[in-house]
Amino acid sequence: MSLDFFVSHYNYWVVIFLMMVGFYILISRGNLIKKIIGLNVFQTSVFMLYISMGKITGGTPPILIGDAHGGEAAGHVVYSNPLPHVLILTAIVVGIATTSVGLALAVRIKEAYGTLEEDEINRIEAQVEASE
Amino acid sequence: MGEGAGRVTAHLPILQVVVPLLAAPICAVLRHGRAAAWLAVLASWSVLGIALALLGQVMAGGVISYHIGDWVPPIGIEYRVDIVNAWVLVIVASIGAVVAPYAIASVEHEIAARRIPLFYAAYLLSLSGLLGIAITGDVFNVFVFLEISSLSAYALISLGRPRRALTAAYRYLIMGSVGATFIVIGIGLLYVMTGSLNMADLAELLPGVWDSRTVKVAYGFLGVGICLKLALFPLHLWLPNAYAFAPSPVTAFMASTATKVAVYMLLRFFLSIFGAAFSFEVMALDRILLPLALVAVFSMSLVAIFQVDVKRLLAYSSVAQIGYMILGLSFASVTGLTATLLHLFNHALMKGALFMALGCVVYRIGSVHIDAMAGLGKRMPWTMAAFVVGGLSLVGVPLTVGFISKWYLILGALEKGGLWIAVAVLVLVTSVMALVYVWRVVESAYLREFSGDEGTREAPLSLLAPTWVLVAANVYFGIDAVRTAGVARQAAEVLMAGIGS
Repeated sequence: MSLDFFVSHYNYWVVIFLMMVGFYILISRGNLIKKIIGLNVFQTSVFMLYISMGKITGGTPPILIGDAHGGEAAGHVVYSNPLPHVLILTAIVVGIATTSVGLALAVRIKEAYGTLEEDEINRIEAQVEASE
Repeated sequence: MGEGAGRVTAHLPILQVVVPLLAAPICAVLRHGRAAAWLAVLASWSVLGIALALLGQVMAGGVISYHIGDWVPPIGIEYRVDIVNAWVLVIVASIGAVVAPYAIASVEHEIAARRIPLFYAAYLLSLSGLLGIAITGDVFNVFVFLEISSLSAYALISLGRPRRALTAAYRYLIMGSVGATFIVIGIGLLYVMTGSLNMADLAELLPGVWDSRTVKVAYGFLGVGICLKLALFPLHLWLPNAYAFAPSPVTAFMASTATKVAVYMLLRFFLSIFGAAFSFEVMALDRILLPLALVAVFSMSLVAIFQVDVKRLLAYSSVAQIGYMILGLSFASVTGLTATLLHLFNHALMKGALFMALGCVVYRIGSVHIDAMAGLGKRMPWTMAAFVVGGLSLVGVPLTVGFISKWYLILGALEKGGLWIAVAVLVLVTSVMALVYVWRVVESAYLREFSGDEGTREAPLSLLAPTWVLVAANVYFGIDAVRTAGVARQAAEVLMAGIGS
């Protein structure tokens, strides 16, 4: 793998790194809030994947330049692809909704169990089951 | 008038999703629980009417393509209804229409009064999300609707009375979001390779880039993501607790619809978009799914036998039944797929009936522990009779829908011959295992003495009537399977042929 390949695909390396970090936090942490943060990092990596794929080398922001009816400047301009950006706007909204539902559940769990640590919750449940 | 009706008919595909989507916020602002309940019933019944009308249109005139906002696909979003998703829409809509009136009494018993309007709002959102996944012809739209249905499902589960409902909802949220994110990654990679999000367009463009590693990686991400959503063993860990601790109507609704729609997504992505040739010949999908399906059916039936909480018992049985659906897909034949599609419908009927019967039990005795249900056969004869018929259907006794599914499944295995005969034998063995776990409940309810409160009576008619509607459907479609099997076979042929034809 040449250095050139590594550098020219740097956005993908960032995405993969973030994705793995987020996923690792999600799996390894027992704290319910930290899990949600891990989920956020994980989702953000996907946002970056989409956003970077819409960028075209030398492309301008997708705003019509020159005459809207196809004047002389319009033919030579390379535009970035706006569609992935728009899609990810939706995905960001979904991500926020997921986070807020997750945090709301965490609040309710804290009220019900008095803790946010997964292993403590499991211990409480095991005690309840044993006493039944 | 005639013209007006024609205009409405032309917009049925969008109304299918918009009606429950608009009814949901109205439910949320209504302060009165009963008013919200009746609005939900009205919305879910009109949804069923629309779904049936769409199925009729598709069977008469072929594929319906609806362009949202008159933007022509592949630029605009297309709703595309063929026989496959018309079938899934009818499944989801009919369960939605039966559970909504059932929920009225059940929810008043299980959920705090101030949360009841919100319950119906979440219920309708979940319904519209599931219908949206089924009807849309745009892959990113699938993700959006998937999240609408999932987020409302997390909220619905967390309304369960035991506090473990909260941790179950949380776990489902984490695993479900990971699954959904995997699906977005897959969709993104497909977009990179083809520049399209329209399903029919993707199906045309993808064969040109089959060799690309990106497409194969996309396939993997989509596969894992969707299998998480449909709770294929070993990605099923969120399901048992979510079903066991959710309020009864939620369990009945989710068990009959959510996983079915996920199975539909799997079929749509892997057979319609990627194509049967790519899935079975290049990616060897059948060889990956077959062992997972067999292990799911066998191990989860075994686990179900040892459960003492009957709701959880049926939840494990659900994972096993999903195994049967995936097993049908792994046959890679029209007969196998027919079995899958039939079982989508049939399993919705049987699990709906069973969980609704359990909801009646919860309503009267507040528990579904197998010992608490001892002697209930005499106290609640109609409820337990519904459970028995549903249970027989689950086992696959003739004259019930369960038999029809297993018949086609075994037919598919025998058709392939050779070692596949062993698969047919395993289907029979696991049916006996189903008999064991259903029998444990029946034995407790009928052969043991009642030890609970002396005043325990039969469940009210408002709970029994919807339950028995599904029980009757179990028997009716078990005797007269010509129509259902016909639609399922037609849908299976469409799936195997690919989206273009």
